[in-house]
Amino acid sequence: MPLFSKPKYSTVTVKKKDIPQGLWTKDPITGDLIYNKELEQNLLVAPKSGYHFPMDAPTRIESLLDEGTFKEWDAELTSVDPLSFKDKKAYSDRLDTYRKKTKLTDAVISGSGNILDLPVEISVMDFRFIGASMGAVVGEKITRSIERATDRKVPCVTICASGGARMQEGILSLMQMAKTSAALARLAKAKLPYLSVLTNPTYAGVMASFASLGDLIIAEPGALIGFAGARVIKETTKEELPKGFQTAEFLLEHGLIDQIVPRQELRDRLKTFFSVLWSAEQAG
Amino acid sequence: MEQFEFILDFEKPLRDLEKQLRALETVSRENRVDVQSEIDSILEKIEATKRTIYKNLTPWQKVQIARHPKRLYSLDYIRSLINNFQELHGDRRFRDDPAMICGTGRLEGHPVTVIAQQKGRKTKHKILRNFGMPHPEGYRKALRCMEMAEKFGIPILCLIDTAGAAPGIGSEERHVAEAIAVNIRQMSRLEVPIIAAVIGEGGSGGALGIGVADKVLVFENSYYATISPEGCAAILWKDRTHAKDAAEAMKLDAQELIKFGVADEIVEEPLGGTHRDPEKSVENLRDAILRNLQDLKGQDTDTLLENRYQKYRNIGVYLEAENFESASRIG
Repeated sequence: MPLFSKPKYSTVTVKKKDIPQGLWTKDPITGDLIYNKELEQNLLVAPKSGYHFPMDAPTRIESLLDEGTFKEWDAELTSVDPLSFKDKKAYSDRLDTYRKKTKLTDAVISGSGNILDLPVEISVMDFRFIGASMGAVVGEKITRSIERATDRKVPCVTICASGGARMQEGILSLMQMAKTSAALARLAKAKLPYLSVLTNPTYAGVMASFASLGDLIIAEPGALIGFAGARVIKETTKEELPKGFQTAEFLLEHGLIDQIVPRQELRDRLKTFFSVLWSAEQAG
Repeated sequence: MEQFEFILDFEKPLRDLEKQLRALETVSRENRVDVQSEIDSILEKIEATKRTIYKNLTPWQKVQIARHPKRLYSLDYIRSLINNFQELHGDRRFRDDPAMICGTGRLEGHPVTVIAQQKGRKTKHKILRNFGMPHPEGYRKALRCMEMAEKFGIPILCLIDTAGAAPGIGSEERHVAEAIAVNIRQMSRLEVPIIAAVIGEGGSGGALGIGVADKVLVFENSYYATISPEGCAAILWKDRTHAKDAAEAMKLDAQELIKFGVADEIVEEPLGGTHRDPEKSVENLRDAILRNLQDLKGQDTDTLLENRYQKYRNIGVYLEAENFESASRIG
């Protein structure tokens, strides 16, 4: 049975790519070996330690949305190389490499679907694709997702993970922060809820735009979240960083996020929030 | 002739000529000999050298001029442009951030709210201003002042000059990313005209946090980028010394910004940078602001906001393959 209906061009694959090869995976906290089947069933959360392994976008969509309800949008959007950017490697080659490696067109998958019967517009970032950095395609897809939510009058959710703006697209990547945030201003004006879920890691340009603008901001346990990276801060300021610096737990204590929600509870929690903040009569 | 305490590498031929000139002038004075023709010829050479150097600046050289310690800073413009400037302090949450200057005043009679990033010139001031890198408080102060401007219908003028928002424990603990994000979102819908001018460094989110505007002006030798050339080099070349290559690759100078639709207008600089002729630099900025302000004041609020939305909505290049079957809308 198909897990979700998708247009022909959809690039979503439901294969779990992030599971290390072999039958067993080592829990980085306890050192225990976990049977991969068990890990998959547990949404890539180590059963004993609760360590959250990274989850790719297709798997995340599969884990959150009601079977058969996900419809991908804008999969035909692909990055170009507007600057003819070349560092040690040309950006266009880098794009090719990551497309092949991840079977994704870019670092976000967005679409419409239901979470426990509640309609949502959702965007899920995939850290495997150039660190889920935000270039024009990521910015455009997320903006369209927000605009679709505004049009359809349904809640919007982004599952964030990103190293920040995509340097290879220069200033154009920075401006995606303005594009996405401006779309969120319109969503807010339409009084529609937006929920931002921060996963490991969410940083810089993404954190300084849509990821921080949720009516509710939720984080996964242990996720690292911030503006500047810990290494940069240490090198620039020579400060000794406090224990647990930039973890979800640290940010909960410092007042940024509303809740830390373990992955297995996320689906139910999203439903709970949206059913309070939004009613089906609002839908267009 | 101006004497430099600070010389950029590529300005050395100029410095040498200027040294020669001073030597000649001394000789002429002390020995009462007429060397006017030699002086004239060196003056000519100086002008020619200036043109050769400054008319063909590489992106990295422009970055260096944008960071020149003698470059005009926000307060230099504010003092010359704004009548009866009243600085407003504090974010009413935590503290006042001297790296961000906010205040009210009049520009040629027009009431304006000024939001500006400020660097320090002497060591003491550099530290006070945190090298022009604002903390979350700076962005929150800016927002409260911009919201006040909206309330009273006063246009907003933002002067951008920062290497970026302050990195550090305090910045993270008080959520600088959130402060910037909220500013960006709110600026996209403030119901008054906003003009932003990049007067030196437009460093990343720290710049954009006061940079969403109806019109973005950029000084000829300023830059605006997603990350500093050094930072980009450290990540992509794994070596900060490749900053020059990164600056080339990043296409961060004024002409490129216009091409990409990120900036609307270039503010001309005197040859060699704003510090070479402060009065002219101030005048050029004043003209550009006034022209755009007149234009924006003539627009009704809905048009203003729609244009602002579309301006950012349309930035970014991507391919949308036409041969793909497009999904039909749900609902």
